[in-house]
Parts: sequence; C-alpha cells; structure tokens
Amino acid sequence: MIYDLLIIGGGPAGLSVAKKAYETGIKNMLVLERDDELGGILNQCIHNGFGIEKFNKELTGPEYASLYIEDIEEKGINYLLGSMVLNIRDEGEYKVVEVASKEKGYLELKTKTVVLAMGSRERTRMMIQTPGTRPAGVFNAGLAQKYVNIDGYMVGKKVVILGSGDIGLIMARRMTLVGAEVLRVVEIEPYSNGLSRNVMQCLKDFDIPLQLSHTITEIKGNDRVESVVIAEVDENKNVIESTKEEVECDTVLFSVGLIPENELSTNLGVEIDNRTQGPKVNEKLETNIPGVFACGNVLHIHDVVDYVSDEAEQAADQVHKYLTDTQDICKRQIVLENSDDISYIVPQTIECKHSDIELKFRVRKPASNVRIILEDSEGNVLVNRKKWAVSPSEMEKVMIKGKMLEDIKGNLTLRLKAEE
Amino acid sequence: MEEKMTCIVCPRGCELTIVNAEDVSKMEVFNHLCIRGKHFAIKEKTNPMRTITATVKINDGKQNRLPVRTDGEIPKKVYMDIVDIINNIELKAPVKREDIIIENVLDTGINIIATKSVL
Repeated sequence: MIYDLLIIGGGPAGLSVAKKAYETGIKNMLVLERDDELGGILNQCIHNGFGIEKFNKELTGPEYASLYIEDIEEKGINYLLGSMVLNIRDEGEYKVVEVASKEKGYLELKTKTVVLAMGSRERTRMMIQTPGTRPAGVFNAGLAQKYVNIDGYMVGKKVVILGSGDIGLIMARRMTLVGAEVLRVVEIEPYSNGLSRNVMQCLKDFDIPLQLSHTITEIKGNDRVESVVIAEVDENKNVIESTKEEVECDTVLFSVGLIPENELSTNLGVEIDNRTQGPKVNEKLETNIPGVFACGNVLHIHDVVDYVSDEAEQAADQVHKYLTDTQDICKRQIVLENSDDISYIVPQTIECKHSDIELKFRVRKPASNVRIILEDSEGNVLVNRKKWAVSPSEMEKVMIKGKMLEDIKGNLTLRLKAEE
Repeated sequence: MEEKMTCIVCPRGCELTIVNAEDVSKMEVFNHLCIRGKHFAIKEKTNPMRTITATVKINDGKQNRLPVRTDGEIPKKVYMDIVDIINNIELKAPVKREDIIIENVLDTGINIIATKSVL
C-alpha cells in the first residue's frame, strides 16, 4: 500500500494539515505522533490567547487542540500515537518513512507526499554556554511547563528566569500561581523578546521585575542550585564586571529561544536555511525534494498558533495540487533576499506568478516608524508599506499580488527604511 | 495626566495612551487599533478584570492534572483568592471538556470549567 500523505507530527501544524487535506479530498493519509496523545505543545500551554484569529474566541492551548482533534476523530482521519519517525528516504516517485511504533513495532511506510510538521525544540543552557556548576534545578522553561502542567510536579520555590520569550513570561506567572517566588526575569537584549501583552499580564500583574540588558554570568550550587550571578551587559553584550550581583535561588529556567527540529529533514536531503534553521521552501511550501512540504515551527518559529494553522492549510492545499497534478509548474526561480535589519524571510524562493503570495519575516531589532520595502534587482518596488512599530518578537507578513510578479527582473530583496 | 498602558486583549498588544487617566468621565484613549482596546483601558482604570487559567489535581485518569479556566473574566482583586481555591481542589476522572468544576466561584457569577477531557 502507498499512502497519499504522511504527516510527521500531530501538533498544531500536523493537525491543521490533516483537517485541511481531508477537506480537499485526500483520505489515504496518516498522522504520525511520537507522544501518547495528539496536540503537541498545545497540551501544556494551558493559558489562553489561542484562536483569536481563527475562531474569534480566546481559547486555551488544550481547547484549541481539542477543536482539531475532535474534528479529526469525527472525520475518521487515521493517526498513530507513540510512533517515532526514525528516518525518511526519498525513493523518487514515493518516499519511505521508517517508524518505531509502541503498538506496531518497526514499520516502513510508503507515501507519495510527506508534510514535515515536527515543530521545534528549546535552546538549552549548553547552547548559550552559561558558566557555573551543573546542579539540579536548571530547566528549560518549556520542560518545566510540562512538569508543572501535565505531570504535576513542582520544579522549585525561588526562581530566576533567563530570557523574556513568551514561554519564560508565561512560566513566570505559572510558577507564581503554583506558589513559587519568581525573583526576576533577566533579558540580555535591551527589549523584551515576548509579546508585550505577556509582559503586562504575566510580570506587571505580579510585580515580577524584568531586567533588560542583563544576563546570568554564573550558576552556583552543588546538589541543587544555590544562587546565580546576574550582571548588566553593555551594547556589545559584554558583561560589566562592576554590576555583578549574586541572587539566592533554587531554580533557573531558561527561555532563550526555539530551534526548528530538522534532523529528519537533513537526513532526507532537505536543504536547510541558516537564517530560519528550517527547510528552504518555495511559495508552495515545498522543499527541494518534490512531494516533501514543511509548515509550522519546523519551518520557522511562529508566535501565534493561528498562523501555524493558516500555514499548515496552505501546505495541505499544495499537497492536494501535487497529488492531482494541478501544481503550478514554472521554470524560473526568484530568490528572496533580505537586508541585515531583517533576520529571515519565508518562503525563500518563488517559482510561479499566478497566485498571491504571503511573505513572512522577522526584523532583527525593534524599530518604529519604518517602511517595509520589497524591490527587484533593478529597483522596481513591489511593496512599500508603512509600519509604526516592528519587533523581533512579532512575525510580520506582507502580501504580493500574483500579477505583480510577472515583470520581475532578477531577484527580490526585502528591506526596512526609516521614515523621516 | 498622560499614561501608557499595554492592551492585553489580543496578541497584537497595542501600546495605549490614556489622557485624563485620573478621571474616568474625562478619560480619552488613543493608539488602540480596535474598539476593544478602548474598553480595556476604561475597565483597567475602574475595575481591572482577568481570566484565570490553571490546573487541578485529578486522580484515576490518564493524566495527573486537569487544565481549567474561568469561563469569563473575574475582578483582578480576587484573582489570587480564586487561584488558592483552584490549587486546593482534587478531582476524580473522568472529567469532560467544558464540565463545570466550581460553580459561581466566590460569588463572581463565573464558573471554573475544564479545558480538556481527562478520561
């Protein structure tokens, strides 16, 4: 048997692909999920704020997941839990997915298309090389979130959080509500890396201080964390020695970013973009391997799950077009580049000029009163949009009209321009 | 007097400017991208409201914790009192999503409901 579609991952991206693919008429598909339940990271994100764009309701993570899971059950879409994909092989006309399943043992599944929807992992203490001893009590914020919200363990009583990404902010509130004392959130950048609403409702509401331009220079303690040394950094992120301060605590949470999880993609031969750490895709969300698509956090890190679902639906539409031979095939390839003040842009290439294309990108630093400009190699401007504020913590989107792509000369570059 | 405030209604997080914050009858709100921002600012200056999300202990189920939330906003001043109540509940599976865990908590007219089914 050959599947039409295998979806790697049953989190928000995978679930949204499955639902939409079914609606386009694809029935012969399977969702592979390594955990014992569907829903992925949403299961531990018990806070609200999900679904405002898609459902016009403020849902919690488990509720957002439930809407998809209940729909998938109702449609009778197949999924396999406790099933870890070990490898994906490209055999031309079809792909072979090697799976280790709790229930079914080792499987080799053949499929015409694959959607990569594996999500991301947290950047760790090791990756940012925080000095000090290695006692118990040092956690990634998302791992602590799983222990507290799903397993029901208390991870500590006096907590310092490094990094002001959304997970760090949400965990500052969560730890407070379960009875811990959150001493402070320390952020190396001069601005918060999370949504401003989370700074307000997770820190200000509980009088938790946010120390910008500060970092942890040492973790101390033998069996358990005993203290951390916190210092201010200068504009080049060098520690200012005279500002060092030792803070007693028993727990350190790291919320220092997410990295798309692409071991499977790399082994398959999918080209990875150094900027996103995710696959390079064209406007069809298709990788360099025909029939292999990517969406959600495995492609680039999102901050709003609703946009993950949108992207996943686009991928499902493209899978349908691939399977029914209605994909737009074009011989040209326009490369999308960005200036230094933008950290990445997705998709990385555009092949066709028939449909409107949504470009997603992030800026490197907060800025206000800027113009977002997209121009081709000869300086013809396709997009020139004013934004009164941009921030690295918020993904930006711009639309290009299909008909504008007809006369493009060379490649496209996206840049910011300060408004006088 | 002018005051800045971050709107928490949606992920956009508008940075609101409030003029005459000290007197609600003369208060004016700027920089909100939608009407909800204005309503938020007025409520925040008069009777700030929040939604609580948390988990409760659940026995004999597939999982140890049941995620819950208030089914509407509660006054911020009783926030921690309600959290204390939630932290001291113990349930027995099965519980279904949207089941009421506590009715009319602290006479707020708001219920605590399950946000997931734990069987």
